[in-house]
Amino acid sequence: MDPLTWTGALSFLNPVFLTAGALLVIAFLVQFLLGLFGMKSGELIIQHDGTALRTRTPMDYIGYVTMGALLVALACILAYALVGMLLPGGSKGIIGHISARLLPVWIGMAVVFALSITFKRRLGLYGKLFDSTVGMIGFGIVLFWIFTAIFYQMILTHEPLTAVSGLKNKVPGTPVPEGTEGLEWYLLGGDNLARDVFSRMVAGSWEVMKIAPFATIFAFMVGITLGLPAGYYGGKLDTFLSFLANLILAFPVILLFYLLVTPEIVASGLPRYMAGVLFLFPIVFLVVLFNSRYFTDPMKRNLYIGLSLLIGGYIYLGVAWNADPFGLISMPGNILVVFVSVVFVNSPTVFRIVRGLALDIKTRDYVAAAQTRGEGPWYIMLWEILPNARGPLIVDFCLRIGYTTILLGTLGFFGLGLPPDSPDWGTTINSGRKLLSIYPHPALAPALALMSLVLGLNLLADGLREESLKD
Amino acid sequence: MGLFLVRRIGTMLLTALCLSFIVFYLTNLDSNLEKLAKFQGNSRMSDEEVQGWLANNGFGQPMVVRYGEWLGVVPGWTREGDGGEVVAGRCVGLAETPAEAPSFCGILQGYWGESTVFRDSVASIIGTRLGLTAKLMLWVMLLMVPCALLIGVLAGMREGSRTDRTLSTVSIATTAMPEYVSGVILIAIFASSAVGLKWFKGTATSAMDGANFENFFLPVLTIALYGMGYIARMTRASMAEVMTAQYIRTARLKGVSFPNIVMKHALRNALIAPFTVIMLQFPWLLNGVVIVESLFNYKGFGWALVQAAGNNDIDLLLGVSIVSVLVVLITQLISDIGYVYLNPRIRIS
Repeated sequence: MDPLTWTGALSFLNPVFLTAGALLVIAFLVQFLLGLFGMKSGELIIQHDGTALRTRTPMDYIGYVTMGALLVALACILAYALVGMLLPGGSKGIIGHISARLLPVWIGMAVVFALSITFKRRLGLYGKLFDSTVGMIGFGIVLFWIFTAIFYQMILTHEPLTAVSGLKNKVPGTPVPEGTEGLEWYLLGGDNLARDVFSRMVAGSWEVMKIAPFATIFAFMVGITLGLPAGYYGGKLDTFLSFLANLILAFPVILLFYLLVTPEIVASGLPRYMAGVLFLFPIVFLVVLFNSRYFTDPMKRNLYIGLSLLIGGYIYLGVAWNADPFGLISMPGNILVVFVSVVFVNSPTVFRIVRGLALDIKTRDYVAAAQTRGEGPWYIMLWEILPNARGPLIVDFCLRIGYTTILLGTLGFFGLGLPPDSPDWGTTINSGRKLLSIYPHPALAPALALMSLVLGLNLLADGLREESLKD
Repeated sequence: MGLFLVRRIGTMLLTALCLSFIVFYLTNLDSNLEKLAKFQGNSRMSDEEVQGWLANNGFGQPMVVRYGEWLGVVPGWTREGDGGEVVAGRCVGLAETPAEAPSFCGILQGYWGESTVFRDSVASIIGTRLGLTAKLMLWVMLLMVPCALLIGVLAGMREGSRTDRTLSTVSIATTAMPEYVSGVILIAIFASSAVGLKWFKGTATSAMDGANFENFFLPVLTIALYGMGYIARMTRASMAEVMTAQYIRTARLKGVSFPNIVMKHALRNALIAPFTVIMLQFPWLLNGVVIVESLFNYKGFGWALVQAAGNNDIDLLLGVSIVSVLVVLITQLISDIGYVYLNPRIRIS
């Protein structure tokens, strides 16, 4: 087998792509600098005799160049990915092979985007996201990683933990020895233990996706359950809870991780007790939520509360105490520690945000109206204040998933909590950094993956913020 | 203002006290002490021997008493020999003879303990390491703050323009790059001997003695990038808000030129909010320092934290934690006072 090149049989496109890319960068920089010095684009002027006159400035011409170069570059990328996918085996480049492996992801993304754009007028805030370019790009990137995580078993080319001898630190596109299972090449090269970088990156997305969103949800449940009463009641409760939150926030995050995620602390059982407390909050939240709404309708209330207690309690026993009576749900000890410390670090910030929002919203007229109607305090908090605070909370939720991803990476980077051969991105960056200046590719792939996911989440949050401010 | 200050400082001291106790508790768990005993004494000690060693070295008392000793409000432990004279104790090493040793020795008396890994006093280790990190932080601040303010002001002065959109996207992109990602990318581009440009060095070890552009720019840039985006976005929001204010419109209608409006009228008011943000960035910068010092092998304060935590060096870890918590709390205090001082509306009321 010959080593693969990046673009394979499509290499005749490379000069076109590089020229277009260089042109794009130069034109964009010129445009930016001219804009900085106050040059404006041409305008449409209606003259006195009723005819319209379109003025053109150099800005417009540079704009045409930028757009043209952008289109050519995008067409090249599309060709690399699409045509590369269809070429026969050996003439595919690395990009073509990766694109072909990611086929389930492309299909999933296409379906979601087609459905969402078709029905976007009926989908509320989510639908409005598709009116903003930035939001769509962000959503696209996030969706890409979600589908990669879901289909990671189909995408990976080799086992992420298996080493193939002779492929230590090999460059992208190196063929594997005869008789090795999986694809004939290491698409993104091998790492310092001769494992496939591409497969580890793909498997790492699953490691991140199974912790980050759930940890963020838990942090929000804790923050909301404590932040609403702190903001609504104020007084001593607020002082006490705010003091606690500030206490945690005054710790530098890394110090907290080093104190919480060491083998000694884990052996002392502290994380499990913390999990026992923190994981109670979602159940408390749901019970209070249903009770405050349906207490006038005991049948419905008992049904909802019973369901949340039963399902929540079952999951709680399994996850927090590893005591699921049927042995179906459990969480490995090290994942639990990581999960708990990430929730613990995030919840004070959520608490502060929710408290601030509650302080602001409780002065509104509809809250006064509810108080006059004689509604209970928890009804007002959960069914009047919380729905009206959803905009900023949704935006912060997206940002916070990104931040949680960064925190998970930090934990992996310092080798805390997760096992040393875990394929998650932080651990992979950590193991690749020792030989970084000689073999950059093993650390670069997970670094770029982490960056793109967080960037996607930030852009998504930005798009959501813009769209939710419009109405 | 006076009452506000007193209350703020009171809360700060209380917070510091609580946090130091939490750190003390977490670093002095039984398993940590057992590890310490085996490290200091003999790795094959039996459980009774470990207990004996701990009792002989002052770890036999309750946690609260030991915390008091460490803080310097409870007399240090002493062990008396057969004749009733003091043969060992927490403070004995500080004086020529055991009899002259002070009875209190803790943080409040300026005694930080001894590091078991570096075989040196914690105070001197922290002093050296903090000096190195201060050098790093100084350059980070010198690079980050002007760049961030410039980006924010340029983006915010014409909200919605092409300049604004470009710069906002850039600042979003930098906040998506934690230090361990941007550091890896920067090293791969600028320092890698395989494919890179080889402009800079991928390690900053030599920068501890003589920092120059070649060996110090990458670590500084790595920390600065992550914080820059956040400050720039705050500055942009603040600037955009000021630019819509009535007095700016008045100035425009009077015919003041645009550069003059930005420089003389808007800038001062727009920089109040970023000041608080810059101060509150310190805890985050501390994270960045730990990551970057590990990545670039720069043996500063963050490196000392990693070493202390990794090697069960209890006194050093306590010292490092207290210093970092104090840095965070003091910057929060400065940010609060500065906000009140800079904002005339709050200052007068």
